[in-house]
Amino acid sequence: MSGPGPGRDGAGEGASAADNVLQLRGVSKTYGQEPARVHALGWVDLSVQAGEMVAVMGPSGSGKSTLLTIAGSLEEPTSGDVLVCGMALAGMPPGRKARLRRRVIGYVFQDFNLLPGLTAVENAALPLELDGVAVPKARAAALAALEALGVADRADWFPDQLSGGERQRVAIARAVVGDRRLLLADEPSGALDSVNAEEVMRLLHEACARGVAAVVVTHDAQLAAWADRVVFLRDGRISGQTARPPGPESLLMPREIR
Amino acid sequence: MSVPHVLLALLAEGPKYGLQLREEFEAGTGEVWPLNVGQVYKTLGRLERDGLAESDDAGPDGPQKRFRITPRGEEALAAWLRTPPDLTSPPRDELVMKVLVAARLPGTDAHEVIQAHRLYLVELMQQWTRLKEGEARDDLGLALVVDAELFRLDAVTRWLDAADTRLRRAAAAPPAPATAAVPAAVPRLRRLGARR
Repeated sequence: MSGPGPGRDGAGEGASAADNVLQLRGVSKTYGQEPARVHALGWVDLSVQAGEMVAVMGPSGSGKSTLLTIAGSLEEPTSGDVLVCGMALAGMPPGRKARLRRRVIGYVFQDFNLLPGLTAVENAALPLELDGVAVPKARAAALAALEALGVADRADWFPDQLSGGERQRVAIARAVVGDRRLLLADEPSGALDSVNAEEVMRLLHEACARGVAAVVVTHDAQLAAWADRVVFLRDGRISGQTARPPGPESLLMPREIR
Repeated sequence: MSVPHVLLALLAEGPKYGLQLREEFEAGTGEVWPLNVGQVYKTLGRLERDGLAESDDAGPDGPQKRFRITPRGEEALAAWLRTPPDLTSPPRDELVMKVLVAARLPGTDAHEVIQAHRLYLVELMQQWTRLKEGEARDDLGLALVVDAELFRLDAVTRWLDAADTRLRRAAAAPPAPATAAVPAAVPRLRRLGARR
């Protein structure tokens, strides 16, 4: 077994709290009333720093999606604290919470969720426009995001004119447009083939390299392996997480072959 | 791994020296499989003996000797490419054995054992993925090798997931004691001709 190796530099722990874009502290979520109460999450602690990509893996029903909706302030925990950029969501006035959700958090869904009547650039600009940013400014920011994701030449195309891979790039552009700090993705590579799915993960990882913090829920180990840290959920609890792995050089040590 | 046939494939591109073959072998496989020069000359000697390759002269093996593929070598290479590797009998997999043992060893939580292995496999996959993200971007040979390794490790993690679920279901509805894992599984594997 590989324990914490010398390469471990304490992603998520040991770092100063100020670097944490997302912090879950003792978060629990239950649905329904006794005796039919369902415990979806039980005492989850998770911190994600700026620039870090965390993958959450687990079987269906393990609480992955609940964790994501609570992190995205779309649902409230039964107990525990959620902090986004150091601000506690509990007790935050609804208007302020909605603003935080629009300005700081980006979402990527399995089925892309692009609006069919809007072009790629209009889709990507939408979160900014909803937030009251003037149209030309929002459009410029959206174009910059499309550019970073390699689909600037598709700016004026409609979703149904784009391939699946291009659609997901536009969806990622929409999630990171402006100055979003936290990216939440639920099975972001959906039904894409493995090479396109890999491209989506590469792009998400590049977005993190530019300073975004990301939480990606997936059941696919190959996709999770793109993350800096993989957290395993089981029955609503964290059952383990990977240490920051040593560099790939260690794989290329001379080995006997025949 | 079939070093002789990969060397034949390199010779099919034109006559080459031993050191050159070693370099090209390593470069072509993304330098994931290092090859020592002694092994190259030993293999070339065998190929020559079997009439699959020939050299310029009959002198001692060494860097001055240039090798080329023979028509018989070309036939052998084409046949090898199209011959499926033997995947008929399951290998005696250490991880499978560990999970089978954990499932019936008193006082052992098989799920915890499975999680420990899953964690290790995913860490390994992260390392391979870093390679894919970096060097393998511009090295097709390496990208293919890394993909193969990732798919192999992925298959093992999926098996662990399935084993986890299966054990959990079995615990929820315990089967008759006669179907305990090891005694039933081992003879059956043997009948299939488990190798290694």
